[in-house]
Amino acid sequence: MISATAKSAYLTGVRDGLPFVFMVIPFAILFGVVAIEAGLSLAQTMGFTVLVIAGAAQFAALQLMLDNAAIGFVLLAALAVNLRMAMYSASLALYIGSAPMWQRVLISYLNFDQNYMTAVAKYEDVPDMTVQARVQYFLGVSTVIAPVWSVASLVGALIGTAIPEALALDFILPITFLSMVGPMLRTLAHLAAAVVSVVVALLLIDLPSGSGLLIAGVCAMTAGVIVETWMKRDRA
Amino acid sequence: MTYSTGEIWLIIGVLAVGTFMIRFSFLGLIGDRPMPPLVLRMLRYTPVAILPGMVAPLVLWPAATGGAPDLVRIIAALIALGVGYLTRKVIWGMAAGVTAFYTGLWLTGLL
Repeated sequence: MISATAKSAYLTGVRDGLPFVFMVIPFAILFGVVAIEAGLSLAQTMGFTVLVIAGAAQFAALQLMLDNAAIGFVLLAALAVNLRMAMYSASLALYIGSAPMWQRVLISYLNFDQNYMTAVAKYEDVPDMTVQARVQYFLGVSTVIAPVWSVASLVGALIGTAIPEALALDFILPITFLSMVGPMLRTLAHLAAAVVSVVVALLLIDLPSGSGLLIAGVCAMTAGVIVETWMKRDRA
Repeated sequence: MTYSTGEIWLIIGVLAVGTFMIRFSFLGLIGDRPMPPLVLRMLRYTPVAILPGMVAPLVLWPAATGGAPDLVRIIAALIALGVGYLTRKVIWGMAAGVTAFYTGLWLTGLL
């Protein structure tokens, strides 16, 4: 039985997910186009999109497959890109760890950057949300993004033409992510974490994709906790 | 690409299962069992610890310019971040960043 608050949480999630459509469509179309050009069949392209459902990792795998890299290397490199999602998973356990197993399975399948970041920002803003409302909110945001990802990828695979590069839609992705970072900078501790994240990620840019970001993430979290502790001590 | 059909499906299958296991890992296995307080405090910083590091290279060395830093992109990125920070609304940060970006591209096209 879904309560009225859970239902409205779902609809709020749908609304909050809508802006991401502009970011996901060009990215997904591009994957469809590039995958077909690389020689994948339509079924294989959609297999990637629907079963793996992780844009950056899909592009990483495709790039290595174009170079005819060893299969083991393709798998390792693409999975490394996704390692950050283990942190998302641990962080989601704080908020929806007590949800029924099938809901946790569903959310794990759907867990990518946009809906994770949007959902956790909401959970922090509204601390008294029930676990069911949190689950419904996450599913609401995902309802917008996940189908758009698949359909746009299919469109790209079928028409075989990406959106012209002159439109520079590539930069919508960083712009969207940065507009998400802005509201996250609530305290000096959050700011410190963000700065450390940028510095370490840039320093480790030559490490295999994904692994540098993972180290940067751990350093940044540590920095956040350290500054938070200082701030508490100053206040005491 | 010289992989057989079976090899391509093997790659897709392993990536699908592996990616799911990464996403499911803690949420699935830990669930609501208590975690050490320090870990809990660190995990609260996950979004702000990952997203900035993920975006920084895309802003400084965009693929669309062959990796050359581009002033229009950097300014648009700072505006998106700043407006997102001031308004606390993702949608306004996006709108401001996109407007700044295309205005910048248009102006540099004129110059």
